[in-house]
Amino acid sequence: MQQTINSHVQTGPLPARRSRRFKPGSFFTYLILSVWALTTIYPMFWIINNSFKLSNDVMNHSFTLALDPVMTNYTAAFDKINVGKSYMNSIIMSGSTVLLVLFLGGLAAYVLARFPFKGKRLIFSVLYASLLIPAFATVVPVYELLIKWKLVNTYLGLILPQTAGNLTFAILVMAGYMATIPKELEEAAFMDGCNRWTMFIRMFLPMSKPAFASTSIFVFLWSYNDLFSALIFVNKDTVRPIVSLLNEISSQYGTDFGLMATAVALTVIPVLIVYLFISRFIEKGLTEGAIKG
Amino acid sequence: MKGDKKYILMFLLPAAAVMSIFLYYPFFKSVYFSFYRTTGFFDKKFVGLDNYKRLFSDQMLGDSTLHTLEMMVYVLVFQVGIALLLAVLVDHIKGGKGFFRTVFFFPVVISGTAISLLFVLFYNYQFGLLNHILDSLGFEKVLWLDDSKALKAVSVPTVWHYVGFYFVLFLTAMSKIPSDFYEAAKLEGITSAKKTFLLTIPLILSDIKVVVTLAITGTLKVFEFVWVISRGQSGTEVIGTYMYKKAMVDQNFGYGSTIAIYIVVFGVVLSLIANRLLKREEITY
Repeated sequence: MQQTINSHVQTGPLPARRSRRFKPGSFFTYLILSVWALTTIYPMFWIINNSFKLSNDVMNHSFTLALDPVMTNYTAAFDKINVGKSYMNSIIMSGSTVLLVLFLGGLAAYVLARFPFKGKRLIFSVLYASLLIPAFATVVPVYELLIKWKLVNTYLGLILPQTAGNLTFAILVMAGYMATIPKELEEAAFMDGCNRWTMFIRMFLPMSKPAFASTSIFVFLWSYNDLFSALIFVNKDTVRPIVSLLNEISSQYGTDFGLMATAVALTVIPVLIVYLFISRFIEKGLTEGAIKG
Repeated sequence: MKGDKKYILMFLLPAAAVMSIFLYYPFFKSVYFSFYRTTGFFDKKFVGLDNYKRLFSDQMLGDSTLHTLEMMVYVLVFQVGIALLLAVLVDHIKGGKGFFRTVFFFPVVISGTAISLLFVLFYNYQFGLLNHILDSLGFEKVLWLDDSKALKAVSVPTVWHYVGFYFVLFLTAMSKIPSDFYEAAKLEGITSAKKTFLLTIPLILSDIKVVVTLAITGTLKVFEFVWVISRGQSGTEVIGTYMYKKAMVDQNFGYGSTIAIYIVVFGVVLSLIANRLLKREEITY
């Protein structure tokens, strides 16, 4: 830290000189940042690299590059443990959760952001209070309900609880965003004969795209990654999402290191690829008050 | 506008219905369950406050609570601390901001389950990555998941997972500070460490407060890391996994619900304390 201080004082006001000097301060800054970057990149590299090795090689040479990649783990993952099916389940369940949350949450957010009415404050307090209810505190009664309605081990059995769990966050983010849309636009649209429904679809939906986008990304991630609900509500292989499969593999094939590495890689790679494309929006979503609501 | 009442109801009702059925009603039902002794759903007997009495004499729950609190200390010190340090550093640099932001955030998008399995591979006694390194350097292998180290071992991925999230929040907060604050500081001749401690950190204090609250409530929800890496054994039981075991594994819904209520109350109390401790004038610019 000391170096950072000095370099800044000496070189502060003159950018031209600054770039030519050797800056021990910023060298250390970059060093620390790079070390942390390495802790996030290397594990992913390690797992992907090892997923192309036979179990024995993972055990004995986990650092060497898989120059001679074997695909056996991947074929085993798809044939033996049916990763493809779990992918499908994950996408269907998390995708539907996102759509439902956007639709229900969007409408509710629109009302809360733009309509003056009695009881609005109460609704907001109830919403904020629900942020304090963790899944642990609802799981038993929800499970009971799902059994009663014969929804355990169905897609809906995960979609509905997850939708409910994510709505608060979604409503707060989207309402916050919609509140910033100018009133004049709404009045103009009303003059043109829009009713509330068309106004939502034709105006608020397209204008709140950033809020909808960041909400959908986070809801998707939370739903896709949620092991707790999946373990309880959808525990049969036919409906099991990818995270439960992963958990299953660790208990069943815990000694097959190649297969385990592959399972992790298979869960992580699609998310990482998507992330690299949308990382900008994720951060934007966070920065646009996603958290403070 | 005319006819708005109809739309208010129509637009709010679906979300309200889903939330009532799957969030609020179950929450109150959990409170109700906590007064019953149950075996599965069908055998249920009212026992008054028995479950709560049991709660206070439950050694395992006490231990789980202590483990959760210990993990919370690591989370507050390291997760929030590292995030803040990284944000300060990235805020200072000129080139590469985007790169570091992208790279630091990326564990956040990965599931806790996948990260946990990764660490299972790291910690494995015989073949794990860590012992592999030790072995090749000529050291003795270490039992990473024994009683004395297991809790720290599961805390590492827990902490690592979310550093990037808080990092981005801090960095955003810093970027919102108007530059005249810094210009004034520069004219006063304030050095950069001082600038960080006297200017940047006080100015983002409300964000730090939000992050601390998120970190506390987040730790109470820890489940996957412990479940996948150690199944709560060797002194790693946290209240989340303990609740799961009581409710779902033992099928003791009554007592499981009581623990769930305890988690909620505990969370509320801890966040109130944190807010009190961090109370300051809100700064607006």
